[in-house]
Amino acid sequence: MPANLWPSSTDLLRFGPEILLTLIGTLFMVLEPLLDGKRIFRTLSILTLLGAAGVTLAAHDAPGLSFSNMVIVDGFATFFRLLVLGVAILTVFLSGDYLEKEGHETGEFYALVLFSVVGQCIMACANELIMVFVGIEISSIASYILTGYLRDDKRNNEAAIKYFLLGSFATAFLLYGVAWIYGLTGSTNLTDIRTVLSSPNFTNSASLVGMSAALMFVGFAFKVSAAPFQSWAPDVYQGAPSPVSAFMSAGPKAAAFAVFIRVFLTAYGPISDTWTPLVAMAALATMTIGNFAALRQTNIKRLLAYSSIAHAGYVLVAIAAHSTVGTQAVMFYLASYVFMNVGAFAVVTYFARKGEQYVSIDDLSGLAVRQPAMAAMLTIFMLSLIGVPLTAGFFGKFYIFKAALDANLVWLTILGLLNSAVAAYYYLRILVVMYMREPGEATNNMDEAPFALRVTVWASALATLVLGVMPGLLLDVAGRWVLAIAR
Amino acid sequence: MLDLVLFLPLVGFLLALLVPAEKAKYFALIFSLVLFVISLGLIGPVLANPGEYSFVTNTQWISTPNIRYHIGLDGLSLWLVILTTFLTPLAVLVSWKYIGHRMKEYYAFLILLEFGVIGVFVSLDLFLYYVFWEVGLVPMYFLIGIWGHDRRIYAAVKFFLYTMVGSVLMLVAIIYLYLKSGTFDYTVILQQMASGQLKLTPEEALPLFLAFFVAFAIKVPLFPLHTWLPDAHVEAPTAGSVMLASVMLKMGTYGLVRYCLPLFPNAARQCAPWIVGLAIIGIVYGALVALVQPNMKKLVAYSSVSHLGFVVLGVFSFNQLALDGAVYQMLNHGVSTGALFMLVGMMYERRHSLEISDYGGVATQVPHLATVFLITTLASVGLPLLNNFVGELLVLQGAAMVNISWAVFAALGVILSACYMLWLYQRVFFGRTSHETAHHFEHADLQPREWIAVLPLLALMVWMGVAPMGFLTPISVADNKTLQQTKLNVEFKVAAPTPVAPSATAAPAVQVAQTATGVTNAR
Repeated sequence: MPANLWPSSTDLLRFGPEILLTLIGTLFMVLEPLLDGKRIFRTLSILTLLGAAGVTLAAHDAPGLSFSNMVIVDGFATFFRLLVLGVAILTVFLSGDYLEKEGHETGEFYALVLFSVVGQCIMACANELIMVFVGIEISSIASYILTGYLRDDKRNNEAAIKYFLLGSFATAFLLYGVAWIYGLTGSTNLTDIRTVLSSPNFTNSASLVGMSAALMFVGFAFKVSAAPFQSWAPDVYQGAPSPVSAFMSAGPKAAAFAVFIRVFLTAYGPISDTWTPLVAMAALATMTIGNFAALRQTNIKRLLAYSSIAHAGYVLVAIAAHSTVGTQAVMFYLASYVFMNVGAFAVVTYFARKGEQYVSIDDLSGLAVRQPAMAAMLTIFMLSLIGVPLTAGFFGKFYIFKAALDANLVWLTILGLLNSAVAAYYYLRILVVMYMREPGEATNNMDEAPFALRVTVWASALATLVLGVMPGLLLDVAGRWVLAIAR
Repeated sequence: MLDLVLFLPLVGFLLALLVPAEKAKYFALIFSLVLFVISLGLIGPVLANPGEYSFVTNTQWISTPNIRYHIGLDGLSLWLVILTTFLTPLAVLVSWKYIGHRMKEYYAFLILLEFGVIGVFVSLDLFLYYVFWEVGLVPMYFLIGIWGHDRRIYAAVKFFLYTMVGSVLMLVAIIYLYLKSGTFDYTVILQQMASGQLKLTPEEALPLFLAFFVAFAIKVPLFPLHTWLPDAHVEAPTAGSVMLASVMLKMGTYGLVRYCLPLFPNAARQCAPWIVGLAIIGIVYGALVALVQPNMKKLVAYSSVSHLGFVVLGVFSFNQLALDGAVYQMLNHGVSTGALFMLVGMMYERRHSLEISDYGGVATQVPHLATVFLITTLASVGLPLLNNFVGELLVLQGAAMVNISWAVFAALGVILSACYMLWLYQRVFFGRTSHETAHHFEHADLQPREWIAVLPLLALMVWMGVAPMGFLTPISVADNKTLQQTKLNVEFKVAAPTPVAPSATAAPAVQVAQTATGVTNAR
């Protein structure tokens, strides 16, 4: 039927953000050799990302399934699409001056960011395991290249190779899990899998289904850097260019959580009793490993990497709660995490300067004396990561642990909150060196922060504080767009 | 108006960051004085009806979950708020010369601290309460960490982490209560408990009680959770020590009275013997350690551990006299220990040492300072007609009604306090003067600024010791209400005889009057 070969306009609208981003990303590659000035790409990427956000909102008014039920546009997808687009916008703001300083600004970089976002958007709206896989791969491959973007830098290369090898391995597990569940249920569509699994006629062994879920869990756990598959994160975040670390710790991670939740809540919803204890254990291990390892770090990028592992653990707590409030808490948490973490990495980017010379925590000594405003901003981000009230991070933790208590995960809640008290120690260390030490050599001769970077930092700090006083602004949105749990 | 008193410090914090650094202290002084004057306006209406909440504001803050901005002031919290606003200008005064660098941030944090502390005392929503509880931590952390002495960083981090560990457990308990009751509003939760709508089984109540209790016990601090306190006090700048001792420690004891007793009456009674045991150990232990301290500030810090043991003893004796005494003792400790820390700070500014052995015989050179120090010392050891006497007597008498041996052991602490304080006084102000010490104290008697800082405290020590009724009456009414709440839904298993039943609302005032005149009729 020829009419079906060309997708309908609704289909195109529902998949619009991805299409737009891909087209412009490709256009960047074409324009690259033709244009001398590279600054134009910054503006273009911001406009493209804003455009994609606009299309996302337009698509949200036409919710439903598209392309043979492979794509789903619902509130949950819209939320995460907007979130990853937001991360990308902040990243572009952050990257321009960084790349210029390193002498490596190219259209390629921005194209890669756009491609990575395409993958993440697909992850957010995938309703089908093959789409999930495709999304993860698009996002990951772009991230691998971004990690090794400064190709003359040894650290970049090492990080990229490590990330690539381990990442491919993990996606293989995921794909193997997809194969298993296809073999068991005869479908890769999430809704269909759910129907088959919950039908009384389904006679295949539960342990085989569990096995497929476990294999997929390995893949997702790697992407969100959950224990015991977290070991790549510190090396990669440390080695990658700072703006890229900011990007990876927020965007791909949020998208991976989105797809994790959608697959496990939809497809594996009927066997939730099997996987929730597993997720709870992974959550506990992730928090504990992340926090205790962070205690001993001396490199601030590495410290933030371990902190990001720990935060993945908190999010897993909410997933283990397996409830609508839990998912809502995840959405709130990831969004607030974006601001505080990208903000923190932005300050690190500014401070590290050319060639990322100053990334040791001790280098920050006396920053509060030399750069009071920047130090105050980093303080806000650190307090938010600790979870001090009146910051977004506090409400994020609060909603997560409230959801966990609601689901009777009392021990996990107590251990999780004690974990966050441990975490306070290493975040405080950063405040200690900034405020309580004499200025060191590293704080000498600091240039004024570039305008775009200042915008990123101030906007993130403002968002962190606003969400800390009026969390309702975001939580209500998350509540309306949450992925409902079909019982 | 309470909203104004609560939020002005937040405004003041932001303004303090904007004024030029050299003007910051003038701004802080004027600002905190204005706030103090405004806060005096709170007294009248609360005194008119101390058993109920005045100045209530109750609006929604966050819709999901239902978190309310619910504040109010009653006889229990009134004086603590006034104490906070009263001490802040004095804290600014004692910092006048002492703080030489980064003054803008210093005074800004001092004012922010006021915001957090007042918020803790006036919140009537558990969530709001928790928010302020944590907010108060941050400025104190910076005050100790930036402007403290040599080991300031260690002390600041230890202070933060200790409190944080306790408070996350409290957060778990608060969320649990919310899930049970559907609200964070403290007054609504109490109503639900009174009407039997919310029932906690003993298996639930005990861990919940402990979660709250540990958070408060760390803050008080109760033995054996006190180890952060000497460090924090010794390392903090003078004003930091004053605010820490006088108002921040009261956040813990206030929490015990306000939340622990009414929310978990059964569990509280069940644990009372253990807690009282720890309190008495704290009283005696704190006093003994204070006795052997070579460092003045550490000595005062350990005396705090001892004094606050009295407060906890009073709270967990479950009778009117002891509870009144405990709350009164919170204020007394705030006034007299605050003054002690100020005076020690003044000594330090002259001699640049906290070691007792570096002093001796300075009374001849600084007679005024010596006199003020003596009066404060006497107040601290509980001399009749000065403030501590009233509180300690009430606590001892109330405790004796429950168990005479409690009072006997606690009284040991009073005797020891006389030993360590007077001995300190003797070693510092009398005896031979070394040449160097003499040099430091030459023409160094109290300056007008220092007089202004200590005189109000001296006046209060006498006032609260001679005429305690004005302060005690509202406390007593509020306490009576708290005690009534602890009796709701209680299956009484407490066998302890209560010879003088302090149940009627009029009774406490009478009893207090008897006690104040020294009539002991416990047995």
